[in-house]
Amino acid sequence: MKFDEKAIVISQNKLSDGIYDMWLETCNIAEYARAGQFVSVYTADPSKLLPRPISICETDSNRLRLVYRVVGEGTKQFSEYKSGDAVHIIGPLGNGYPLGEARSPILIGGGIGIPPMLELAKRLRGNIFAADDMMGDVTECENISIVLGYRNADTFLLDDLKVYGDVYIATDDGSLGIHGTVLDAIKANAVKGDIIYSCGPTPMLRAVSSYAAGENIKAYLSLEERMACGIGACLACVCKTAGVDEHSQVHNARICTDGPVFDSREVEL
Amino acid sequence: MIPIEDKINTEVTLAGVTFKNPVMTASGTFGSGIEFAEFVNLNRLGAVVTKGVANVPWEGNPVPRIAETYGGMLNAIGLQNPGIDVFCKRDIPFLKQYDTRIIVNVCGRSESDYVEVVERLADEPVDMLEINISCPNVKEGGIAFGQQASAAEHITRVVKDKAKQPVIMKLSPNVTDITEMAKAVEAGGADAVSLINTLTGMKIDIERQKFALANKTGGMSGPAVKPIAVRMVYQVAGAVKIPIIGMGGIVTAEDALEFILAGATAVSVGTANFHNPTATLDIIKGIESYMRRKDIRDINDLVGIVK
Repeated sequence: MKFDEKAIVISQNKLSDGIYDMWLETCNIAEYARAGQFVSVYTADPSKLLPRPISICETDSNRLRLVYRVVGEGTKQFSEYKSGDAVHIIGPLGNGYPLGEARSPILIGGGIGIPPMLELAKRLRGNIFAADDMMGDVTECENISIVLGYRNADTFLLDDLKVYGDVYIATDDGSLGIHGTVLDAIKANAVKGDIIYSCGPTPMLRAVSSYAAGENIKAYLSLEERMACGIGACLACVCKTAGVDEHSQVHNARICTDGPVFDSREVEL
Repeated sequence: MIPIEDKINTEVTLAGVTFKNPVMTASGTFGSGIEFAEFVNLNRLGAVVTKGVANVPWEGNPVPRIAETYGGMLNAIGLQNPGIDVFCKRDIPFLKQYDTRIIVNVCGRSESDYVEVVERLADEPVDMLEINISCPNVKEGGIAFGQQASAAEHITRVVKDKAKQPVIMKLSPNVTDITEMAKAVEAGGADAVSLINTLTGMKIDIERQKFALANKTGGMSGPAVKPIAVRMVYQVAGAVKIPIIGMGGIVTAEDALEFILAGATAVSVGTANFHNPTATLDIIKGIESYMRRKDIRDINDLVGIVK
């Protein structure tokens, strides 16, 4: 189920340099959302036509939390929304992370790929359901490892994530945690698990994919690409797939609809 | 002011096919309606014009395939499509569930590609064919037929010879004189024309010092192109007798009405679907309220009256 809504801003806070935290009140979107799904947020400015896809950071009954980076004029406008403002959004979009297979998962988030790890960690703890979830797609993982890559010690969502698992940090400049990549942090801390859930920049996902292949464990990657419609009609946001895709019968999955989450063995990055 | 209880007529006819209202989707922006049906009651639309379909599946272009521009966007999807076999099995039966007209957009790299698709559609329950001779994003075919009058006339005649449904030729604005192209397809037997397809554009990312699109160029659409499109519809309306489906940057009912007043019998809504999934429905409602406000009982009385 997807919904076209005017959501209402509850709060807006700056978490760190360029990273904003917006809670929205929705009619249905928050309650139907799964971890790893996203919403399309429209700007109020008709000179910027295309919706911005933003991952779902957290839900709390009918409330939806978006943590996003200001990267251009559109997201800058979002960061200026105040409590009580109406925001046009559609969602929840995309497939989300499959949960049932995890026992001791490793969650890997890089940069603005960190926010979806929060809802995922909460759901892996087994205490939330989506409104249309069938029973059974829920686990209660005891050992959740969360590996986070930041640019520097100016972190965000760290305290939120510590509630749900053991957190390991890597920074680009070495100002906090391991100096290096998320994979350096995994190796340095001897992090072990039986499945990987990840979201972050493409070079990170590529490294995660080859690490998982080497360790012979399953990895789910959440991909990103420029989108127009966000619902699978325009065929802008495709990625190369190993197999023939169902929609176009070629080797192009639609990230917005067939993804954004893919088994690392199914996609070519 | 026409009171709400009085009926007004929004029905239009193109090449003998009647449409409950003049608002259609523009090819490539709405798939075959499957994805948009979660947001839009397709029964309300005049027609769904499908994404272009070829004889075999097409991969399309590398990503990034789109870029936003001021009041518009560029796309270079490259006509990714599943091919006519899957389309006939999946997309046509889906659309047949709805009370709306089906217009299938046909693309090809060669004359025989177009003919193969048109012949395959002959016994399918589709209402009209729209022949894409104007896609700027594929190297062979497409635009090659759409930028030379003699080639456009020839491909129109070839398609008309095989088609069982009325044929709309979709015209490119990337020509010196669009009326020459319209006259050429009319001479070739086209039943209608649709215009405009996208304008070839380019965007450069100054931080990466690279093209924004992998294809370097893309087709520009959105409200920024509307004045060009209205002008071209007006010119073509004065040059040919066959009906026109007008498009190019329509976002609101007011935009749609400009095209109708300039000479379009019907209109297509494209890029606006990305900005507002229910744009088509909002435009239909807006046209009706304009008619009531201006005491217009029949939409056909508006077509081409601004001269």
